[in-house]
Amino acid sequence: MSVGKGISVIRRGKLPRFVEDSTGYEVVLRAEGLHWRELNRLVKREAARGAARIKLEGVCGHRYIGTGVREPVELVVRGVPGNDLGAFMNGPRVVVYGNAQDGVGNTMNGGEIIIHGRAGDILAMGMRGGRILVREGVGYRAAIHMKEYGNCRPVLVIGGGVQDFLGEYMAGGLVVVLRLHGRKGEFERARHVGTGMHGGLILVRGEVGEQQLGREAACVPADEGDLEILGPLVEEYTRHFGGDPDQIMSGVFTRIYPRSHRPFGGLYAY
Amino acid sequence: MLREAVLRDEKDFSACSIFGMMSPSGKRVNGEPIIRAMANMRERSNGLGGGFAAYGIYPQCPDLYCFHVMFDDHVARKQTEEHLRRDFEVCDSGPIPTRPCDGVENPPLLWRYFLLPRSTDDCDIGEEDRVVRVVMEINVKVDGAFVFSSGKDMGVFKGVGFPEDIGRFFRLEEYEAYLWTGHGRFPTNTQGWWGGAHPFNILDWSVVHNGEISSYGINRRFLEMYGYSCTLHTDTEVVAYAVDLLLRRQGLGVEEMAAVFAPPLWSEIDRMEEGKRKLHAALRQVYGSLLLNGPFSVIISNRRQMIGLTDRIRLRPLVVGSGRDFDYISSEEAPMRLLDDTVSETWIPWGGEAVVFELKEEAVPELTVPIEVFRSEVPLAARGTGRAEG
Repeated sequence: MSVGKGISVIRRGKLPRFVEDSTGYEVVLRAEGLHWRELNRLVKREAARGAARIKLEGVCGHRYIGTGVREPVELVVRGVPGNDLGAFMNGPRVVVYGNAQDGVGNTMNGGEIIIHGRAGDILAMGMRGGRILVREGVGYRAAIHMKEYGNCRPVLVIGGGVQDFLGEYMAGGLVVVLRLHGRKGEFERARHVGTGMHGGLILVRGEVGEQQLGREAACVPADEGDLEILGPLVEEYTRHFGGDPDQIMSGVFTRIYPRSHRPFGGLYAY
Repeated sequence: MLREAVLRDEKDFSACSIFGMMSPSGKRVNGEPIIRAMANMRERSNGLGGGFAAYGIYPQCPDLYCFHVMFDDHVARKQTEEHLRRDFEVCDSGPIPTRPCDGVENPPLLWRYFLLPRSTDDCDIGEEDRVVRVVMEINVKVDGAFVFSSGKDMGVFKGVGFPEDIGRFFRLEEYEAYLWTGHGRFPTNTQGWWGGAHPFNILDWSVVHNGEISSYGINRRFLEMYGYSCTLHTDTEVVAYAVDLLLRRQGLGVEEMAAVFAPPLWSEIDRMEEGKRKLHAALRQVYGSLLLNGPFSVIISNRRQMIGLTDRIRLRPLVVGSGRDFDYISSEEAPMRLLDDTVSETWIPWGGEAVVFELKEEAVPELTVPIEVFRSEVPLAARGTGRAEG
């Protein structure tokens, strides 16, 4: 059916949701020629109507895809989604076949984002819950001010390397960096890791140099407990993107943790 | 001549957009693709400035300087022309072709001049330095006149409006260039006006910039010592002049220039091996006043290069990609994919590290037509870029 300029909504019969017991349907939205406001209005409308899967074709810089969506719908994105993909999202699963831009998962509350490519800067900024898996590397300031509370513990798995300021002002949650993709020596260039970090945990495959860390972070070789946390996440990563989990797990891992939970406690007190 | 623009009510606050595309083999395309790329990032600008730089657009006269000038009125134009005639033979002149376009209001008079420097007995100063001096003189002394483009075989087109509207206003589909840069402005600290739009240009150098240069004051004072006057009320102007000073006049390489604008932190310099450490320490000591403080990503271009650079801690976005015929530098990845299916790899450059694309040595022939032959033809300005209107 046609619902206006450049829009074609194709409804297909009942398909299983990724939440298995439901009875939703699949919708295809063509993003070419649509402003992100129109595209996201359609996404929200279809999600509210009970769509199980919404496929977005021809996405090119459309911002805020999945933002504020609360229903457990699957959004499949083909193309390059614009900034703030999944911002304030609470429930959906977003699968991107391509690279993502800046601000993926900004203040995301719940749900899942799976990126079959790389992501830009400030990935998972202020993320509060849910999980993000990225097949390749990411830009600057991944997991900046990621946080956790009670049962809400966000998880970010990065398949490639990172650039500077990973985990800046990090307050909670878990970041895994697998360093499986990207140019040789790329991770070693990353600086200021964990600057201002005061909570949460970063697990990195391989060794981490002291000079890579910000003043507020420290590192030690990962222990048994860390590897127990890692195992299922690595398995999940390889399920999405391929690879041999045993081989990935066979290397050394490093744990980066905050030196203090209140590094700036004395800053304004005298 | 501050023609201030009116801020539209519906504007959300955002950021600037920058985009650059270059064919290393010198393949030319018209302005359509970059207009589409800028329109794709419309979110990032607010209609208070848009502009483009195009290289290779005047192949009929690659050895003449082409000045693009904006005037308040014809009095300013006549005064400017007197200035120009003192130092140049004016081979051709006329209004820059434009068309009425929604979203572009109240433009100044826009003229261009094809100029041949007069020979001079003054051996103390080279031809390019004389051109810079004339540009500065006009911008400072002639009330209501601003030279906003002064290179050879290139031109800057800019004004108040969204970049895609400015592109249509200037009929950029009629120009073909092997290197295009574009800018959508979101002014933060100074008003939107025609001269304050990007790119900023001097000679062949042009700069588009996203961010803000907090060190504008000290940079400007440093450049004044070398004869550069900042008259355009936008921080980015200092970058164009600093590039001219460092790369052309003082002969620094692009890497050294990057180390001046966005030097490594002292803690990084301390870890370098001795030779490199000495070089970086010296650059910081000599050119400390040209350090660009504050967040920035810029695309700097000349007739042979397109250079991308961010501040050392990358507080503004910049993505790089390569396709079959063109290389790209952009604020976002989407517009390169929009234009070019052959873009295979894209990557995020490290802060403070310049990304350089260069024209192949043999790519652009130097003077193709002798100036005398060329001058006898139909006036350039009257015929757009030399092709008939379609």
